[in-house]
Amino acid sequence: MVDHLFRREAGKMVAYLTRLFGLGRLNLAEDVVQDTLYQALETWSMQGLPDNPSAWLMRVARNRAIDLIRRDDHFRDLTPELTHLQLADGAASEPAIEREILDDQLRMMFACCHPGLSTEVQITLILKTLCGFSVTEIANALLASEDSIEKRLGRARKFLREAGTFAELTNPSDLAGRVEAVYQAIYLLFNEGYHGSQSERTVREDLCYEALRLALLLSEHPQGARPRTFALVALFCFDAARLRGRVDGAGFLVPLEQQDRSTWDQELIGQGFRYLTRSASDSDVSAYHLEAGIAALHSSAPTYERTDWARIVDLYDRLYDLKRTPIVALNRAIAVGQAQGATAGLRELAAIPALPTLQQYPFYPAAEGEFHRLAGHSAEARACFEQALRLARNPSEARYLERKLEALQI
Amino acid sequence: MANFMYLFRDTAGNRGQPSPEEMQGLTKAWMIWMDSLKQGGHLVKTGERLDVRGTVVRGKAKAVTDGPFAEAKDIVLGYLILQANDLAQAVDLAKGCPNLEIGGAVEVRPIVSSG
Repeated sequence: MVDHLFRREAGKMVAYLTRLFGLGRLNLAEDVVQDTLYQALETWSMQGLPDNPSAWLMRVARNRAIDLIRRDDHFRDLTPELTHLQLADGAASEPAIEREILDDQLRMMFACCHPGLSTEVQITLILKTLCGFSVTEIANALLASEDSIEKRLGRARKFLREAGTFAELTNPSDLAGRVEAVYQAIYLLFNEGYHGSQSERTVREDLCYEALRLALLLSEHPQGARPRTFALVALFCFDAARLRGRVDGAGFLVPLEQQDRSTWDQELIGQGFRYLTRSASDSDVSAYHLEAGIAALHSSAPTYERTDWARIVDLYDRLYDLKRTPIVALNRAIAVGQAQGATAGLRELAAIPALPTLQQYPFYPAAEGEFHRLAGHSAEARACFEQALRLARNPSEARYLERKLEALQI
Repeated sequence: MANFMYLFRDTAGNRGQPSPEEMQGLTKAWMIWMDSLKQGGHLVKTGERLDVRGTVVRGKAKAVTDGPFAEAKDIVLGYLILQANDLAQAVDLAKGCPNLEIGGAVEVRPIVSSG
């Protein structure tokens, strides 16, 4: 059985059924899918896997939907959909159905990223409907309580019930704005997983792979196959390829300069480069392009020292023009320090506008400490690392900073 | 060698709402266990699951109780028939059943031979 088969198929079936039932009946679609998967559990567990598990699930889901509409007067308005469901069984060819379901998933993606929903709610809804996560799994993955996840989903369902209709995939003006919202949501989904702390490690890596899967899904659809999507896919490939090297055996964060580069997934890095090439097919240079370019340079560098820091600085300069965030400024300053020496790095760090978010961010004083260490200012380096340690947000970060402090004593 | 029946029992309603990932994990565990029974030459009849809907007809009065029995405690949710050297071996093999991991039970019953 393919890994995460149930979860993937749940996402497909929910998207398909919700298109038929309407956005206001998302719950109903989810119930049908839950029952379908349960039936798979009961049947397959003793009788083994059917020849085509996806088709088996879709057929059972369809039949359950047909039964439901026939049996329950509440669903009388869905009678026209009955014909569609009945025809879909067997009549349409496999590729045509695949195409239809891809459309459905894309519509669902756009619905989840409706501008009327906050990004937090968007991500939660994506995980629930398109990724087949349970409330508990979402709560664990997003480090929120189950109660707050339930609340977010409740808000989202109410909103979608009132908003009513799906965006039309054929209407370009409907799409343009929504695609950006989808990028933003799956970008945040990836980051949520990438910056995970130790205890939630496996679940959170899952988030990265889900974000990559959704970006690929988008890239496979004619409406989503555009340079920016390819750039996002490339970025996720490069970052996901290095996930294994980012955490040590005990689950602690390993800084880039100490990572064992042989653990990096060369196949994913290769895929990243293929998408990066495709992303350059027109003049569009988005923040995703620049971030993918930076990740590509890190992924292909033989060692930390032999990284092309000058080009990375150049890409960060352009990224900072598009995305003036403290984190981009910090990473840019670190790259400058690597390219031009510790003194230049300290100068760039000092030039970053002092923002409260950055002052709470442990990697700001940590970067300062690192450059002080390289410049031979051990007292300043110690003060910076101690400050960083006070700001550590999880045991993994704390352990990383403690090691930095220990290294100073030698 | 003798034949035995495994009766898989559980409180039907106690499963809650497993996530797709959990359902897949359980399905996989069952497949592995079933496969091990088959490989060992123990499987006589591939098992089947029983629906929680149904009807009980009881006694001379022919009293009819209709399901669903989803609220019922400890009902039979499935069965299979296997062969083993003796009851001890049949019990031992039953210990690998995934149903136990989620709080269910396996009842092991020797099938009375006609000879």
